[in-house]
Amino acid sequence: MARAPPPVYEKFRDVQAEIERSGAAIFRDANGVESLVIHYPYSINYIHSYAEDSPFFLGLANGKLMGSKCTARRCGATFATPRGHCMRCGAATEWIDLPLRGKVHSWTTCHFGSEAFLKETPYNLALVEFEGIGSVMLVRLKDAVESDLYVGMPVEARFDPNPKYSITDVWFVPVR
Amino acid sequence: MVTGGVTKFAKAHPAMDFRLMVKRAYDYALKGIPNLTKDRIDGTRISYFSDHFSRQLKAASMVQDYLGMNPKGSVRIEWGGATGGECFQAAYEAVASGRMDVCLAAGYETMSRVATWKGNEFIALASDTNFDFPLGGFYTGYYALMVIRHIYQYLRLTRFAHIADEREAQRMAIAEGQRIMSLVSVKNHLNAMHNPYAQYPKQLTVDDVLNSEMISYPLTREQICTMSDGAAVAILCDERRAREFTDKPVRIIGVGTGTDTMRLADRPFGTVPLLPHEQTSDYEGLPYPGVHSFRAGRAAGIEAYRMAGITDPKKELDFIELHDAYASSEIQTYEDLGLCRYGEGYSFVERGDPFLKNIHYPFPTPNAGAIPVNPSGGLIACGHPVGATGLMQAVFAFWQLQGTIRKHFGDGTLQLKNPRRGAIHSHAGTGSSVTVSILERGFR
Ligand SMILES: [Zn+2]
Repeated sequence: MARAPPPVYEKFRDVQAEIERSGAAIFRDANGVESLVIHYPYSINYIHSYAEDSPFFLGLANGKLMGSKCTARRCGATFATPRGHCMRCGAATEWIDLPLRGKVHSWTTCHFGSEAFLKETPYNLALVEFEGIGSVMLVRLKDAVESDLYVGMPVEARFDPNPKYSITDVWFVPVR
Repeated sequence: MVTGGVTKFAKAHPAMDFRLMVKRAYDYALKGIPNLTKDRIDGTRISYFSDHFSRQLKAASMVQDYLGMNPKGSVRIEWGGATGGECFQAAYEAVASGRMDVCLAAGYETMSRVATWKGNEFIALASDTNFDFPLGGFYTGYYALMVIRHIYQYLRLTRFAHIADEREAQRMAIAEGQRIMSLVSVKNHLNAMHNPYAQYPKQLTVDDVLNSEMISYPLTREQICTMSDGAAVAILCDERRAREFTDKPVRIIGVGTGTDTMRLADRPFGTVPLLPHEQTSDYEGLPYPGVHSFRAGRAAGIEAYRMAGITDPKKELDFIELHDAYASSEIQTYEDLGLCRYGEGYSFVERGDPFLKNIHYPFPTPNAGAIPVNPSGGLIACGHPVGATGLMQAVFAFWQLQGTIRKHFGDGTLQLKNPRRGAIHSHAGTGSSVTVSILERGFR
């Protein structure tokens, strides 16, 4: 016995909804061309190593922000976001403690986001500069709304008491 | 370059998979060039950005196969948002090195196979997944961070230097920046009204742009390109064969590439690499690139201009098709490519330099025609199927230099008068890699 084909829709939006419900739909375009569209999920669990950046993430769990300093005496470049080797001269870096206070170098409020973060919108992202450090750090800026934010705003770090070993273990808030 | 083809970019092409899209663009390119048959093509360079979108690894092999190109040589090219521009240059290199006489560059992306915000996530995975992505990885957010600093550097510290209240001065500067970015959006959408390949031709006012949905402050929906399905191809060959295929070939006289750190946060605060028409004194005390400018774009421009013998790009180029994924990055790119000095991007727009002379925009554009930027409508209005985008620019620039816009668009409004030289510019995530190619009319 012939099986009935999946339902036909002329709006792609309706096709998306249908495949989530039943797994398949037919899209008929403006030229009458019909295409079979199916639901096709995909998920992966990675065995992800932080490798040479591991001390940074372990540091977050202990309320520490660690940056890098080039060990070459003639260079000595410092980086707020850590890296194992210096981008200027190629020498190995050593770990340094960053101050827990800094200033907003730039900022934005995201009203939309990637699917993974849509439910968190609106959220603020900021690049934070630290006194005496040669580069900045990207962070989530909490406890502030769009109209509060400005370049130069003093901010300080907060740490998750239940660390997930992710960059989200640290965030910044305005200095009160 | 002897021919090219583009599919109409669309939100979704469910009736075509990536192979068929490329085939359509390829067939269009071969149409009307009887001497250029498949057997004359020595090999291909095929570009697409992300395996995630089609969940098909090594998809370029399937394009090669569908076009019947086996067993000729091919390489898949990927370099983020600059994928299409890199593919164009890879084909150029295959011919220039003597390895091939005729090379097909083909690119595509099918971004409609996932929901828009999932697509944004795939794109955001092209940022550092340890340090950047988990914070709320979102490319519009990254570009918003860049433009807030650009506005601070070039509007707050200049036009609004006299305002004593810091926060007030910054708000005024951002409002000014948003207004000027909206002029760019109006331009590109309006130009696209005459481009049948464009995904979003629109007649907008500055208020329409400003009042469209806020995506990442200060960038609104109409200041941002969207996801697309689409394909584009370009066929390149050596000069001798070019004459055999067409009496209107276009010469590639300069290629350049540049890169910068993957993480925005790692960008240094150094000095500006100068173009020939600039001086050290132009930029005293300017920390560069910081997060306000694209050093990779500057590096690519320097290399391409040097090869083409260009010393003052604004005077020596007739138009540019550049990577305006955001209205902000179009303005930042004017400066990187030396169309104006760093810091002059906003007044460059207000004076009207990048606008077309024969289109009536809903505001004054006194210098219109000085150097049209994105006459096609750019990414904002044409769409951005990543692996095809840089090749789409090549095709539009090629038709522009051939003087065949009317033939291909069915509307001659966007045809510049007798253009001799144009540039195309392809750009990846926060400016982590950029290509610039200079094209020149190769016939009298
Ligand atoms: Zn060093």
